[in-house]
Amino acid sequence: MSDTLLLNILLLSPLVSASLIFLINISMSQTKQYIYTFLALSGSGISALIALFVSYYSYFAKKVFVSHLFTWLSIGDFTIEVTLKADPLSSFMLLFVAPVSFLIHVYAAGYMNNDKSYGRFFIYFNLFIFFMFLLLLVDNPIIMFIGWEGVGLISYALIGFYFEDIQNTYAGNKAFIVNRIGDFGFLSALMLMFIEVGSGGFSYDAIFSHLTQIDDDMLTLIASLLFVGAMGKSAQIPLFVWLPDAMAGPTPVSALIHAATMVTAGVYMVARFAPLYNIAVDVSLFIAYIGAFSALFAAIVASRQYDIKKILAYSTMSQLGFMFMALGVGAYSTALFHMFTHAFFKALLFMGAGAIIVAFNHKQDIRELRGIRYFNPLLFIMMFTASLTISAIPPFSAFFSKDAIMSVLYSSGHIELFFMALAASLLTVYYMFRMIFVLFFSKRVQMGDKSSKAMIYPMAILTLFSIFAGVLNLPEIFGGKLNMSTWLNIADRDFFISHSDEILLMGVNTLLIVAVIIYTYKRYAYTVIIERESEQSIVARKFCVDEIYNAAVVRPLLSLSTFLDIKISNLLINNTINSMALQYEKLGRAFSYFENGNVRFYALYILIGCVMGFVYLYLILRAML
Amino acid sequence: MLKSYMILSIILFSIGMVGLISRRNIIVIYMSIELLLNAVNLSLVAISADLADSSAQVMSLIIIAIAASEAALFMALFVVLFRNKSSLDANLFDILGSKHE
Repeated sequence: MSDTLLLNILLLSPLVSASLIFLINISMSQTKQYIYTFLALSGSGISALIALFVSYYSYFAKKVFVSHLFTWLSIGDFTIEVTLKADPLSSFMLLFVAPVSFLIHVYAAGYMNNDKSYGRFFIYFNLFIFFMFLLLLVDNPIIMFIGWEGVGLISYALIGFYFEDIQNTYAGNKAFIVNRIGDFGFLSALMLMFIEVGSGGFSYDAIFSHLTQIDDDMLTLIASLLFVGAMGKSAQIPLFVWLPDAMAGPTPVSALIHAATMVTAGVYMVARFAPLYNIAVDVSLFIAYIGAFSALFAAIVASRQYDIKKILAYSTMSQLGFMFMALGVGAYSTALFHMFTHAFFKALLFMGAGAIIVAFNHKQDIRELRGIRYFNPLLFIMMFTASLTISAIPPFSAFFSKDAIMSVLYSSGHIELFFMALAASLLTVYYMFRMIFVLFFSKRVQMGDKSSKAMIYPMAILTLFSIFAGVLNLPEIFGGKLNMSTWLNIADRDFFISHSDEILLMGVNTLLIVAVIIYTYKRYAYTVIIERESEQSIVARKFCVDEIYNAAVVRPLLSLSTFLDIKISNLLINNTINSMALQYEKLGRAFSYFENGNVRFYALYILIGCVMGFVYLYLILRAML
Repeated sequence: MLKSYMILSIILFSIGMVGLISRRNIIVIYMSIELLLNAVNLSLVAISADLADSSAQVMSLIIIAIAASEAALFMALFVVLFRNKSSLDANLFDILGSKHE
């Protein structure tokens, strides 16, 4: 099979299966559930297989798959081509996005079992991977923006999936609107780039080769606007508020969209524009600080949350903060590596949370979910592994990725970033094990066991991944060759750190983490202390960020809209137009008085007309003679 | 000489016009129309005599003939109108107008 065809199938198979499910869903009232399952799984399964194939060849044979689909527009010598191009970065993204998507599809088939909107769910899910692949595979930012918007749209649709509860719809709206702010930044950056780069084509390569022509201020502006887009998608301060609310969607959605794939699009975008950010150093540093503050903020907030999914949501935000820190100091492949491992363990954590939620009949408060270890030891093992991974305990995968970030931050010369990252990382350990100990190390409570095999198997596979995914980018110190960085070949900035320092760093780090785990165990395991924590503290109320945003942005905007609606639109414009219409009507009535149907009067009008015509003629003739 | 014929024609035309516009009886309106017609005939004949060209007189003869046949048509019309409304008041026949929409 040719490369072109492979890439096209990779992109289109989820779209085709989504369309088929849609057609079946609207045309038949009663459909067997397994038809949906078969279609959805084959759609994502085919693309996952091809994605593995593509990244295999990209990794080992350095092969770049290209497929030119069509020319989108062509104005003079400016053309926008829709071209799929699996360069190393795209292939790398495919390597984890496609398989994780497939596994979560399998999981969702179990989780959504017997749901009345089963078909609709998989339409969205398959469409989501289509847009995600579009975002990752295309070779110019304009088409990427289509994918970017598409995943945002699907995210909106899936957050409000259970739209019977208006709160879910509000959460969806919030996600969509906050993302719009980010998209505005992205779109403005695109336009500016369009103006600056202009006619030389608009693929990434063309843009990067023209970067030197753009003056510095403009570059800074473009880079910061692009990052605003990433901020929205990847839930960084100040545009993070949608992510915790996004947990209103079904748990597979949180696992796939709001943990493993979509939220990492911002990281991908910054890494994609690495040549730009390497020039705009100030913006990069700004990104690093935003990442650091987000990581720390989210970790602090997560340590006083009680909703199991909200804890994980803040944890996602915090991990994304780590990635942005690494991006900001210029260690792009390190950030991508952390994204890679994060996709596995965070998807696993969410799936575990989903299994627990199903088992407890959709309760999400960890104070009510106790003693699960006795009923479902397998789940315990997997969740515990995932927590050890996120805590960066060697030799789990995140140890390598997070430690790489730590050493990069340490050697980057921004020591305050390093300490913020360290604090966030220790807090991560604290809130994760707080959750684990409350959930599993506590007295038994009766629970059902409804996790189907479809839910357990993907989790088991992800457990293996989250343990072993680290081997992809083993640092030199453990005998690795940083294979992934070599593969990606991004313009990383170089950092030097001596091996002894690195070992020292790892050792201290690991010791601190173990200390925190022991502290957390003492505090939360087999105690009821969590029930005595105050829910009114400023941390538990998320530093009142939502309230502040409400007061500072939402309410003024709302009152402005109300003012415009009532005063301007209703009173001013409506009244003006209505009164004009009224006047015309009155005028019409006045004229209709003349048209009374009485032929005598028509004769009079003819007479008047003739007289006036003659007078006019007479005047003209007199003037002429 | 032509001038006085023309003045007479204008006077007749004006009387006809005023009658057409101001009277309500349909028969009187018809008579006014005939007056208009004959005012025009008079001017045609006068001009024709003045120019010593008889074609206009032929035209006015044709007009008189047509007006005669028209009279027959009008008589039939009056009967039909009277049967409809039991009256020949022109103001009653206004269904062309906007108030009957």
